[in-house]
Amino acid sequence: MTYIAKPKFHHPGLKKNALGYTHRDYEGKISTLCAGCGHDSITASIIEACYELSIEPHRVAKISGIGCSSKTPDYFLGNSHGFNSVHGRMPSVLTGANLANRDLIYLGVSGDGDSASIGFGQFAHSIRRGVNMTYIVENNGVYGLTKGQFSATADRGSKSKKGVTNTDNAIDLVAMALQLGATFVARSFSGDKSQLVPLIAAAIRHKGASFIDVISPCIAFNNHAGSTKSFDYVREHNDAVNRLDVLVGRDPLAVDYAPGTVQMVEQHDGSKIALRKIDADYDPHDRLGAQTFLARHAAKGQIVTGLLYVDPDAEDLHEHLNTVETPLNTLEADMLCPGSAVLDKINASLR
Amino acid sequence: MSDKKPISSVNDFVVRFANVNGSGSASANEMFARAILRHGVPVSPRNIFPSNIQGLPTWYEVRVTEDGHLGARGGVDMMVAMNPQTWDKDVAGIEPGGYLFYDSTKPMPSTKFRDDITVIGVPLTAITNSTYTDPRQRQLFKNIIYLGALSALLDMDPKLIEQLIGEQYKGKEKLLSSNVHALHLGRDWALSNLKCPIGLRVRKSDKVGDRIFIEGNSAAALGAVYGGATVCAWYPITPSSSVAEAFTAHCKKYRHDPETGKAKYAIVQGEDELASIGIVIGASWNGARAFTATSGPGISLMTEFIGLSYFAEIPAVIMNIQRAGPSTGMPTRTQQCDIIACAYASHGDTKHVLLFPEDPAEAFEFAAAAFDLAERLQTTIFLMLDLDIGMNHRLCRPLKWDDAKQYDRGKVMTAEMLDEGRDFGRYLDVDGDGIPYRTYPGTHPTKGSYFTRGTSRDRYARYSEEGSVYADNMQRLVRKFETAQDLVPRPLQANAERPTKYGVIYFGSTSPAMDEAIGLLETRGHQLDRLRIRAFPFHSSVASFLAEHDFVYVVEQNRDSQLRQLIVNENGIDPVRLVPIVHYDGTPITARFIAKAIGDHQDHLKVTPLRKAVS
Repeated sequence: MTYIAKPKFHHPGLKKNALGYTHRDYEGKISTLCAGCGHDSITASIIEACYELSIEPHRVAKISGIGCSSKTPDYFLGNSHGFNSVHGRMPSVLTGANLANRDLIYLGVSGDGDSASIGFGQFAHSIRRGVNMTYIVENNGVYGLTKGQFSATADRGSKSKKGVTNTDNAIDLVAMALQLGATFVARSFSGDKSQLVPLIAAAIRHKGASFIDVISPCIAFNNHAGSTKSFDYVREHNDAVNRLDVLVGRDPLAVDYAPGTVQMVEQHDGSKIALRKIDADYDPHDRLGAQTFLARHAAKGQIVTGLLYVDPDAEDLHEHLNTVETPLNTLEADMLCPGSAVLDKINASLR
Repeated sequence: MSDKKPISSVNDFVVRFANVNGSGSASANEMFARAILRHGVPVSPRNIFPSNIQGLPTWYEVRVTEDGHLGARGGVDMMVAMNPQTWDKDVAGIEPGGYLFYDSTKPMPSTKFRDDITVIGVPLTAITNSTYTDPRQRQLFKNIIYLGALSALLDMDPKLIEQLIGEQYKGKEKLLSSNVHALHLGRDWALSNLKCPIGLRVRKSDKVGDRIFIEGNSAAALGAVYGGATVCAWYPITPSSSVAEAFTAHCKKYRHDPETGKAKYAIVQGEDELASIGIVIGASWNGARAFTATSGPGISLMTEFIGLSYFAEIPAVIMNIQRAGPSTGMPTRTQQCDIIACAYASHGDTKHVLLFPEDPAEAFEFAAAAFDLAERLQTTIFLMLDLDIGMNHRLCRPLKWDDAKQYDRGKVMTAEMLDEGRDFGRYLDVDGDGIPYRTYPGTHPTKGSYFTRGTSRDRYARYSEEGSVYADNMQRLVRKFETAQDLVPRPLQANAERPTKYGVIYFGSTSPAMDEAIGLLETRGHQLDRLRIRAFPFHSSVASFLAEHDFVYVVEQNRDSQLRQLIVNENGIDPVRLVPIVHYDGTPITARFIAKAIGDHQDHLKVTPLRKAVS
């Protein structure tokens, strides 16, 4: 339905953010996904988060692989460049794009087939390199575009729409991201925008590899009884450890929290995350603790959501490579080419 | 000694060193080659090595050639046999009348020698062990000691070798003097115990000129530095790894900001070739100049992305240092066997630009040019090197750079152009050359953004499965490829002295052997016009050359005559007129091979007049 033009006019009284942009400025084309798809809620959450953060829409690069989830970058931030690349290869394309211009915001959108199967390696290596990005997996446990095959995140014992039981073990991308050194790790649910929007906003403000696994039910092929990725199942088993607010340029004191219930996390860029604890003992700065907590709850069939780990002082790939502050794609011959005099010396050393 | 006279030759012979991998012989052998260069005599050295790190046989061959024939010659005039494992084969490989140099510390039975060669024994181990106690020193200095002995036997000027040692160990006085000492140990032993010099001699000349001595991979990497590459992503694979390693070394020297010390480049060792090309595509999409270096198996892995680069029109530079395939093939042996795989890489209708440098100087030049071409044409450019050029030092003209040169960043629409109201269609052919404009991500708040995809789309980058829209785009890509013909390096033609109906086409590392073969063929009375192809798509002069000759030999280093297939396919030529001359055993092609193959065919073609035959 991308050929149906979306009307450009909007209500004159539409609210504007700090940069003077309305919600509409962060929207994209009309979604071609199934009505009620969880992915569309994630799209709406991305729009909301970018609006809230007052990001200039064109300063975001949206990069995806192949699949239902990877189509979604066409449906948000219509003034941003998007790249619907190759199945499972979003992470490498994003890494390259990030190396070329460190000044843009990189949003990687992927699916569970894209990231846990064909692109499992690329997922892992982009995380371990610490690429400064927000990596969102829209996780429905199923291949939608090819009509309902299990993906690698489908839980063992869960049933397909056709009644087949999955006998393979599931890959937990959040557990993997923690093990691989992601410096911002979260899980959320497409049906819980109030949790998801601030998580996306905080991830965007985080410097380093941010990973968000969003359980996003496939209403066409994985929303039946016996599925562990259905709306009903996720609602029943959702175990949120915290909820959060992202504070940019606002005095945190202006926000009223009951004492002892909130943990403030200041990120590298000065923005603050106010974490409202639900599980009083959960410490989002403890990588090993998070891994154990997740494993324990997964064994009980619970889906742990919230901000699971954050290292506010993380470094990114550019720091590891010690690259110049100026984006590499702006450097011209005068900055890059050593010139003929140097070449003469090189020639002389080769005789 | 039998009736065979010892070979006598000045500045024209082949010395082969048979060593054990990991014994530290490489630097002594290279010093031997460089020392001859310092005499003003051209050399052409080649590493012949197995896919292994330590313990297996390795050879280093030095062709000493006053005439400047830099291709492999074939045959060995002097064998420096330092490896007992390969002794029998090494001894058998010496030309009749040739020389065998060996370590005579342990007596060898006479059956281990031949009576038609000159055997020269030097007790290398005995000399070494009586001088050095440290085992590592013993191994390393043994190499310098045989270098010293060879200098006496071949009548080389020891001062020139001392000079080289001085340059290599500048500032490390202890190493310098101990190396010079070892050199003279060997040299003095030979002078007082052997008849020096032998029939093979090095005599000072002036045939090297201002030429430089460099490996193709290092030159290509330097070309990437000069060409403005800022992102390099790669995965280790022989024989291409030294491209990325050399790029790293060059960047460390020439690409750090003098004030901040920060790097004006980013190099990532990918987890595989898929990630490497993905990083290149992502960086290029975002306006940086990016490249990867790989070899055949890596090309196979990259093909899906190469198709994306073609169809979504994203610049990329891939340096393919070819080795013998298929599959793992012979990873340390040379071939030109990925011509078809690269020209038509990826599924669907695709065609790609290939550049064929003949030596390190062209590797430098074409590597730099590849980035201009990639951005101008917005597609993948393959720099087709091979192991023979890439991993061997080759004498070539000095590298040149014009400081007035600006990079050609291709058709990029800027924020200013968008504000002027220029119509931006990502796949819109505004100039009739098939090349559309692109915008870099982040250019403008409201104009010029588009969605890049590998799926079909219209001229304004909107998704479409309309047949006519798809075909329109595919036709434009054909036009773009036609535009490329006039942008890539043109073929170089050299005609025979007398008009001839016969021609020969060749490319890449075959060049020096071909040049030498022309001389050999002339002495047999065969005149041939030559065309060296330097790029695909083929320039129209290739078709003209084919039209002007009855028969054209296509000389290449693969089994299936891949360049010939490409010429036939792209030019609609009668294949009978293109005679394949193929060499594909993994060794570099030689002039002797080419001259024999073409010569035999020419003899066969020459119909003897009937009258003469019966008389």
